[in-house]
Amino acid sequence: MTTAAQTPTELRRLLPRDLVERGGCPFDPPAGLTARRGQAPVQPLRLANGAEAWLVTGLEEARAVLADTRFSSDRVRHPDAASGAEPRQVETRDDGMFVFMDPPEHTTLRKLLTGQFTVRRMRALEERVREIAVGHIEAMKAAGTEADLVPAYALPIPSLVICELLGVDYADRDRFQRNTAVALDSAASTDERARAGLELYTFMGELIAAKRAAPGDDLVSGLLDLPDNQLVDIALVLLGAGHETTANMLALGTFALLENPGELARLRAEPELLDTAIEELLRYLSIIQMGVSRVATEDLTIGDVTIPAGATVIIATPEANRDPAHWDQPDRLDVSRPRVSHLAFGHGVHQCLGQQLARVEMKVGLGELITRLPGLRLAVPADEVPLRAEMLVYGVHSLPVTWS
Amino acid sequence: MKVTVDHERCCSSGQCALIAPEVFDQNEHDGAVVLLQPEPAPGLHAAVEDAADHCPCSAISLS
Repeated sequence: MTTAAQTPTELRRLLPRDLVERGGCPFDPPAGLTARRGQAPVQPLRLANGAEAWLVTGLEEARAVLADTRFSSDRVRHPDAASGAEPRQVETRDDGMFVFMDPPEHTTLRKLLTGQFTVRRMRALEERVREIAVGHIEAMKAAGTEADLVPAYALPIPSLVICELLGVDYADRDRFQRNTAVALDSAASTDERARAGLELYTFMGELIAAKRAAPGDDLVSGLLDLPDNQLVDIALVLLGAGHETTANMLALGTFALLENPGELARLRAEPELLDTAIEELLRYLSIIQMGVSRVATEDLTIGDVTIPAGATVIIATPEANRDPAHWDQPDRLDVSRPRVSHLAFGHGVHQCLGQQLARVEMKVGLGELITRLPGLRLAVPADEVPLRAEMLVYGVHSLPVTWS
Repeated sequence: MKVTVDHERCCSSGQCALIAPEVFDQNEHDGAVVLLQPEPAPGLHAAVEDAADHCPCSAISLS
């Protein structure tokens, strides 16, 4: 059975290969997307199971879909083309998968969380994030002059921070990091992903039971009024989204800067560019690759295209973020590019809840790395860096680096 | 320039408080927009327009 939580991975498995596989430049969108540049920004698309879906590659069109909640995120009432299920009448959603809900159910749950992720609260974490980042750089330097940046730096920083926020014991990281990775791996079998999901539920169920017995000063403890099934879902969404995403931005962002030495040199010379550089890396790398979809709840028009009721709409974020109508030389990484609204965090009511945390982690994480390791470079040829093409969240599996 | 915010539409993304902190803040309770300056000085207009454009829920109107 496919649950609402699994559908982005299921949908991804059914996409034509040229929309999934990465070619020459590891930072460019898949060839099937770049080939569509200059074509209609909303196109029909045949999935591997024979179902018809719609692919959106234009930035304005993508924003229009994501801003309109008649394009539903509710995968229980409005299953997508990957599931083959029929729409269902459900009185009330009693789960906590708010990312797969529509207003007003989505609004009620999200409002419980938004106060915890404000710009001010996240900035207050900056010094703690810096302490974690510097500590990991010192450990890397103490151990030698080579490391795999993913386990040594990129993954621990956001994992530690989200654990501290949620009140999860970082010592348990193997349990949630491994299972989260399998759950988001479109190359894993449906059974493997279901098993990983079940282990995550067990892990979080145990944690919440412990919090009920002895509440702490953390986000999960602050939500104990919610029933277990909702709280488990919410905590798992925050835990997964809190470490997989930023970890990949840190590692892939470092890789992109190392492959664009001119931009890296500018950033080192002008650290005040860090804010725009982070926005540019978010746009340029668009790591949520083809993981965003909606289902039309009625016949809806985007531009001059009518999307029929029940149709699945897939947002091609990596390509929308390279829309030549919005960015001059969109395939170029330019750390001083003026801030223009991008889709890396999505758009509309579901726009990333943790985006201000992600910005702080990226700014501190990349800033400290390039400052404290001035001779940083790849330890293997660039084409040997293993890419996460099959994962819902793009990035690198490992990034061997060295420094002087 | 006159700025109005729609609290019903606001989804607490924090984009406005990030881009134009002189004009927008977020409340501590649920992170919803707090309008600090309904008639910002001309020097802030570009940032306010930028914030309105970035708002994912189109909760900021300018006139």
